[in-house]
Amino acid sequence: MTSSLLFNITTLLYLASMLAFFAAIVNRTKLFFGAAGSYIAFGGLLLQTIAIGLRWKESYTLGIGHAPLSNLYESVVFFSWTIVLIYGILDLKYRYRVIGAFVMPFALLGMAWAQLGMKSGIEPLVPALQSNWLLYHVITCFLGYAAFAVACGISIMYLIREKHDKVAQANEQSIVATFPPSRVLDDLNYKSIMIGFPLLTLGIVTGAAWANYAWGTYWSWDPKETWSLIVWFIYAAFLHARITRGWAGRRAAWLSIIGFAATIFCYLGVNLLLSGLHSYGG
Amino acid sequence: MTTNEQSGIRPIWDFFCSLKLTMFTLITLAIISIIGTIIPQGSPPPEYLQSISQTKLKLYNVLGFFDMYHSWWFILLLSLLSINLIACSIKRLPGIWKTITQPVMVMGDSLEKTLSNLTIIETRGDSSTIRDRVAAVMKTEFADPVITEEGGAFHLFAQKAPWSRLAVYAVHLSVLVIFIGAIIGSLFGYKGFVNIVEGESVGKVMSRSNKEIDLGFAVRCEKFSVAHYPNGAPKEFKSILTVLENGKPVAGFDRVPVIVNDPLSYKGITFYQSSYGKLGEHEFIISDPDGKNPQPLRIQSGGSAKLPDGSGICLQETTQDVSPFQPGVTGPAAQVEVHMANGGNKTFVIYGNNAAMNRMNLSYTGGKLVQYSGGEEFMYTGLQVAKDPGVWTVWLGCTLMMVGIYIAFFMSHRRVWVRVQNGTVTVGGNSSKNQGGFHLFMEQLVTKLKKQLPLEDNQ
Repeated sequence: MTSSLLFNITTLLYLASMLAFFAAIVNRTKLFFGAAGSYIAFGGLLLQTIAIGLRWKESYTLGIGHAPLSNLYESVVFFSWTIVLIYGILDLKYRYRVIGAFVMPFALLGMAWAQLGMKSGIEPLVPALQSNWLLYHVITCFLGYAAFAVACGISIMYLIREKHDKVAQANEQSIVATFPPSRVLDDLNYKSIMIGFPLLTLGIVTGAAWANYAWGTYWSWDPKETWSLIVWFIYAAFLHARITRGWAGRRAAWLSIIGFAATIFCYLGVNLLLSGLHSYGG
Repeated sequence: MTTNEQSGIRPIWDFFCSLKLTMFTLITLAIISIIGTIIPQGSPPPEYLQSISQTKLKLYNVLGFFDMYHSWWFILLLSLLSINLIACSIKRLPGIWKTITQPVMVMGDSLEKTLSNLTIIETRGDSSTIRDRVAAVMKTEFADPVITEEGGAFHLFAQKAPWSRLAVYAVHLSVLVIFIGAIIGSLFGYKGFVNIVEGESVGKVMSRSNKEIDLGFAVRCEKFSVAHYPNGAPKEFKSILTVLENGKPVAGFDRVPVIVNDPLSYKGITFYQSSYGKLGEHEFIISDPDGKNPQPLRIQSGGSAKLPDGSGICLQETTQDVSPFQPGVTGPAAQVEVHMANGGNKTFVIYGNNAAMNRMNLSYTGGKLVQYSGGEEFMYTGLQVAKDPGVWTVWLGCTLMMVGIYIAFFMSHRRVWVRVQNGTVTVGGNSSKNQGGFHLFMEQLVTKLKKQLPLEDNQ
């Protein structure tokens, strides 16, 4: 059994989970679709966890042992894993399964891109990445990113639901009516960001600590650092608007979507378009 | 203070306290930081400067876009954010402080109206018995209540984590602490750079602003080495360093290996493995093809020189014994690249003990015979040198921020009031956060209370 095979099965499971959630939205009389979506997603998460562990072990077998978090392929795979994890936590806690229909596509997209379009070889670690800080920094950042991805999915769902609610006739049977009520979506958006913001902050702090330990500067305005600060500013603005001004609904949803767009740019755009210290995206 | 003064200062104060200013500075900082990630900062590479127009170049220079994180307007925005943080805190802190230290312990009519979690339980029996039972339930389910007797009624009040209301100010303070740490670092610290040749020691380093800094001690590079993975990628850059005080090695700092991600710190100054290179001088002999009219030519490691016909010769690599690489040949050898006068480039090896092979390159060296007589070469290590006395203040700020954010998001100040009067028990409460969770808690509390009280409808 190789990690690569397990990652392929994971990708298929995430696809199946997403389709089950779509089916749950279309056919709301059959409750098992939603449950199937969740359980398949959890199964995929478990399998992916094993696969990540296996890849970790395989790198030791190759004699270059390191955590599987060192290049674009590994980070995209890990990002997918964190997205499903955060979704799973929200699902277990709040029981609004159908938001999976707007979250699983992100996880599936990551896995499909990694499996189909990237070199998946296990490479040795360059000197700059040989540090335990890599682990702390990457795990915290990606958990934060994932919470923002979930918030973005929920916000898109909110915008659709809210638009529908405005024009919908009473007792109208429509697909959107299976979505959680808009105030629930609004609340879940806020809760996801509340999970993501401390994690992003911790990710920035661990990154700064690592940079200070490795180069003697905790902050050097590297494009990646600056973009992480931009993302932090956006969500800080979101939280201030929310807590002190009660910004909710459409404006909060849009701010969440803009925040996630900035997050994706921070993650991928900086690596692919700008130069800097975080060179693994090349 | 007169009304006039008030009306003058008031708007300014309100401006600095406003959430609009917070939103404005946060969003503006976010947007303009993008500029700094697109336009190269510090000293932009020449290729970049060539690719933009003169007008743009001047404009960017005037606006400080090439060093925008130190430009006056960026610092102004950060200052604005700091003032905003302080002003907001000053405005709100006294009220919050009063809520924490002088809680309202009696549920009056006006307070009662504000509580969304309010339940009235009709009961019977002696007020003081009911009071004691309610107090016992509150103690086990929530917190020990304070009991006040007022207006013929018993008032019970209990609260949890009132200080969690301060967390947001801890977060605001942490931003200022981090700023202070950064300022201390930039005033009393420096970032520098030094190259040390193997076997040599230095006592001074060059700061980034090209100032020479005396370390007060010396550092010697005993050895530098590079290890590679089988695929050729670098695995490890390692310097063996010794700290010298008055020329003598310091105990515990003798022959310390320094690699990337594992620096050496001594007296608050830290040395980070950053680069490496070769230093040395090599001797070549240029003569006629038959060896007559020899002329010496010296080239530095990695350096270049001109041949008599005007071609440029660049030294790439040298070895003092070529036999391991090329069986059958001995002695020193140098790989060079020649940029010929006619525009062509040619890379070849020049030997020390093999004139016949060197003669094959006559057409590239302008008809002259070039021989390599050898040279001496040393590795040098490139170290980043940093002193930052503000860094612990920054970590203190970061810790404060993490703890503050955690408490601010995930803990709440919960208050419960109970009034026992004429057989009626009124239970109310509120929470600074997580209303949904608090609502569930209140429902459970009321259920527990009902079990312990002799209810009216049970009669």
